[in-house]
Order: sequence, then C-alpha cells, then structure tokens
Amino acid sequence: MTELQPAEILVVKGGWLTTVQDLGRYGHQHDGVSVSGAMDSFSTIVANRLVGNPDQAAVLELTLKGPELQFQQDTVVAITGADLSPTIDGHNAPTWECILIPRGSRLHFGLPRAGARAYLAIAGGFKALPVMGSRSTHWESETGGLRGRPLKQGDVLVGGKSEPLTTQQIGTTLPAPLCPRYERSVALRIILGPQGDFFLKKSITTLTGSFYTVSPQSNRMGYRLTGPKISPKGSTPFISDGTATGALQIPPDGQPILLMADRQTTGGYPKIAVVVSADLPLAAQLAPGDRIRFVLCTVAHAQRLLRMQRAQLDAELPPRKSLTS
Amino acid sequence: MPPANRPTRAHRASRTVFRILPLGDAALTIEFGNEINSEINSRVVAFATTVFDQHWQGIHDIVPTYRSVTVHFDPLQWDSATLAKRLKALPRREPDQAEPPGILHEIPVLYGGEWGQDLEEVATFAGLQPAEAIALHASVLYRVYMLGFSPGFPYLGLVPGQLAMPRRATPRTKVPAGSVGIADRQTGIYPTATPGGWQIIGRTPISLYRKTRTNTFLLKPGDRVRFKPIVRDEFDQLSRETET
Repeated sequence: MTELQPAEILVVKGGWLTTVQDLGRYGHQHDGVSVSGAMDSFSTIVANRLVGNPDQAAVLELTLKGPELQFQQDTVVAITGADLSPTIDGHNAPTWECILIPRGSRLHFGLPRAGARAYLAIAGGFKALPVMGSRSTHWESETGGLRGRPLKQGDVLVGGKSEPLTTQQIGTTLPAPLCPRYERSVALRIILGPQGDFFLKKSITTLTGSFYTVSPQSNRMGYRLTGPKISPKGSTPFISDGTATGALQIPPDGQPILLMADRQTTGGYPKIAVVVSADLPLAAQLAPGDRIRFVLCTVAHAQRLLRMQRAQLDAELPPRKSLTS
Repeated sequence: MPPANRPTRAHRASRTVFRILPLGDAALTIEFGNEINSEINSRVVAFATTVFDQHWQGIHDIVPTYRSVTVHFDPLQWDSATLAKRLKALPRREPDQAEPPGILHEIPVLYGGEWGQDLEEVATFAGLQPAEAIALHASVLYRVYMLGFSPGFPYLGLVPGQLAMPRRATPRTKVPAGSVGIADRQTGIYPTATPGGWQIIGRTPISLYRKTRTNTFLLKPGDRVRFKPIVRDEFDQLSRETET
C-alpha cells in the first residue's frame, strides 16, 4: 500500500470560472455574509465520498469551460457533475469514479456535453484557509477559497494529507442509476411562499403552466429567467427580508430571478416560491438557454424527497467521518 | 428572564403575534409585522436572540431583518412542522425587557464632493441647500435595523421624510468602501466596494468590516448610529489611522 504525497497541482489554464468550494459558509448570514459553497451539493458530496473525504472537504467547481491542470504528484481524484469532456494526457477520463492521475499528467477539459458545473475532488481535499468556518469562494466579497477569486494561470493548488488507505478507493464508482442525467429542459419542484399573498392565483397558474428560460444574465448569485410575466397583486411596497437558495424573486418587471449559492442574505423583492432542496443540484446544472417548468410540491413531501435521495446515496457510498477526528 | 412579579406584562408578552411562513424546505420566516418601526424590529431582535440561545443542532443561520426572522435549518435534521412547533413554544419577552441597549456608534462622514457625489441631487430633492441636507441627515439618532446585502452592510433608519430620495434608476457598478447612501427612508454604509444603487452623500474613513479580526463587524442590529460631519483633514487623518 503506497502512501501518497499531498497533491500539488499547477494551473496551466484557469478555465472560464473555476473556484474552490465546500458545502457553504453558515452561521454568518445575520452579518450579511453569503452562504456561497458548491452550487451542486450532491455532486460535491459524491466527489468527496468517492475519494474518501468527509463531505465538507473543499473541491473545485468548474463552469462550462474547465481548466487545464498539471499534476505534480500521483493524485487520487474524482470528477462528478457536468460532463465537460475531461481528458488525461489526451485520453478520456472517467467521471463519477475514483481514479489515479499519475504524476506529470495533464487534466484537460473540452466542450460541455451535459450540465454546466463539474466538481473535482482530490483525496485529502484542497488546502485553503477557512474564513468564517468555510473554504468556499465568494468572489463578490473576495472571501475564502484561493485569495477570494477564481483560479488563474500560474496558481498552485495544494492538497491536504490523505489517509494511507486512500488508494484502495481507486475504481470506486457511483452506480449508474444514481448518476443524474442532465437535460436542457427540466422540471423543478417548488414550495409556494413565503410571499404568496403578494400574488394572484392567476400568477401561480402562470408560473406552473409555462416554460421559463435561463437568460445569459445568470451567475452563481442567481439566474434571471425569461418567460410569461408574473405580476404582484397590488402596489403594496415590499420590505426587505431573508432570502433562501432556490427562492424565486419577482422584481417589478415580472421576470423571476432564481436565487442560487452566492445570493445576498436579504432581498427587497417578494418571493413567490422556493425550489425544493432535492432539486437544487439539477438547477445548478442549468446553462443559459435551458428551460425550466415549475411543479408544485408540499414542504413535507420535499423533505421526504431529500431524505430518500440521501438514504439512497448513503447506502451506496456511506459518509466518511472528518479526517482529523 | 422576566421577573415573576409582573403578571400583566407576562400575559401581554405571551400574545405577541407572529406568522410562521415557509421559505422552501430548509428555512422558515417568522414575521412580526409589515412595516419598518423600532418596536417591531425590537421584537425581531429579541426573538432572534432567544432562538440563538437555544443552540439547537442543525440550525444553520438565524437572520433578523426589519420585521421578520429567517431561520435556516438542515432539512435532514429538522422537519418544518417540528421546528415551527418548537419556535412557537419559546418564551417570549417584551422588547423593552429583552433588548439590551445597543451600542451607540459615532460614525465620522465627509459629506459631498467626490466622496458624496449625489449630495447635491438629494439636497435638491429635499428643497434644501447641501449644508442643510447634511445637518438634517446628521441630526437623527439612527437604529441599526438589520445587516444584509453585503458583509456588514447596515440598514439604518429612519431617514427624515424630506431626504427620502428613492434609489438611482441605474445602479453604479462600483460604490467605494465607506460610502454613505440613502434609499427612501433608509440610510446605509457600504463596508466594501460593491455595485450599488443608493444615493451616495458621503464617505466614512472608518472600517466596518475587517476580515482578519475576530470581531469582524462593527455594527449589530439594535445598535444606534449618529453621523458626525467631518472635514477633509480629519478624513485623511482617520483614513491613515484605519490603515495602520
């Protein structure tokens, strides 16, 4: 059994938007600090479990056009989420599988084939100084990750110390039925509220009976959607209150904004509904031009869905306790 | 804890009204009213403190705002119905008993010029000379209602109605750190440089957000703020002190 040296990875090209992320910066929203974290928590957790990391280890989030990375050590890696055509020294690299990238190899990404965001985990996790308890990058406030910004050419990424038995993980896969399929048109389940009384019944029918398209004005903070207009009932002014990831804000132009990981903690637009937690990983894989249909769901059902999703994953890939404990 | 010998107050307190609204499957918003006033906000701050003091496992964030508290939780550890029941059962306190007097902060501001590019427009909106608009803005003891928008950004109120100019039609792509702005009856301070749509009337040289310090954020909901107009020399002097 070989003990691996901590990973050292040279960034040859940064890619379009590659950031260090974990499961989010909680406990500081009351100070206006965004949660941020991986947009697709399911793919992040799977990537970490495949390489034997605890769920909250830091990973890379790759957006549409991935980076080019030179591995300076033998490194145990898993790539999950979107299929961004990964190759290692010109050969197709498997995804949703724990693999060994040999020292001196280059990992390259090509055209996006399905989904928008891929996740790269390395055994031992990516090293970064935790800020307010998280390694997640929030670019807007230049917080966390690698100096608060996306990767760029010349950066060097360092891995944490992995367990001696990590190489035993190589070849571990997520069974195919559990691997999500990413389509250009998705159904996302929503829970009505909290500002249901700001909207007419007709607006809810419009929201659930139409397709909404992800516009190019979309990023980690939120997706601006285009589709049939949603109008508030009256002209009652709305007082800013707490937001949530997945919330559908309705600004005065009636075009919904779907709030995502880097959302502001409070917002001044009423929220007609919120996408359920179990469907947020699918929302994270949408790119401009993709279409959404919203389907009503109850809170109790949404919570059952999430528990089922997690129980299925735990049965195939149980969580690993913290490396330091 | 409220003293036991005040039954009337305790009785009134137990009837404090709020609505619990679902914010998806991982958060609840507890709404105490639908307007901006210090009484409702005091109840909000007191309730947020009570929830925080429970130290419940699986509660991610407790976010007080003008008139509501949003509680974010791990939906694998909590279901909304159970959490709502627990929140309803919490002891409630009259705001005057519950709220420790917030800290009073004096924030020095250099008004106008390149530091407050919208001062003249705000003064025109108010029908005042710029100096009168400054005096009016600085005459109020403001309450910190909430933090939001960006790390450490305080929403202060209430701005005198005369100065309550709406946001700019087109937000600026970058507002410098320390900028003091007005949006309707709110005034606020940009802790870091961000895009922003508020009417910028001045700038403070002191820092509201220090990433490296343990006490990262200067202001807390329930604190009070008074703005103190300063001149250029004082601004430069304080800027140098803040840097070191």
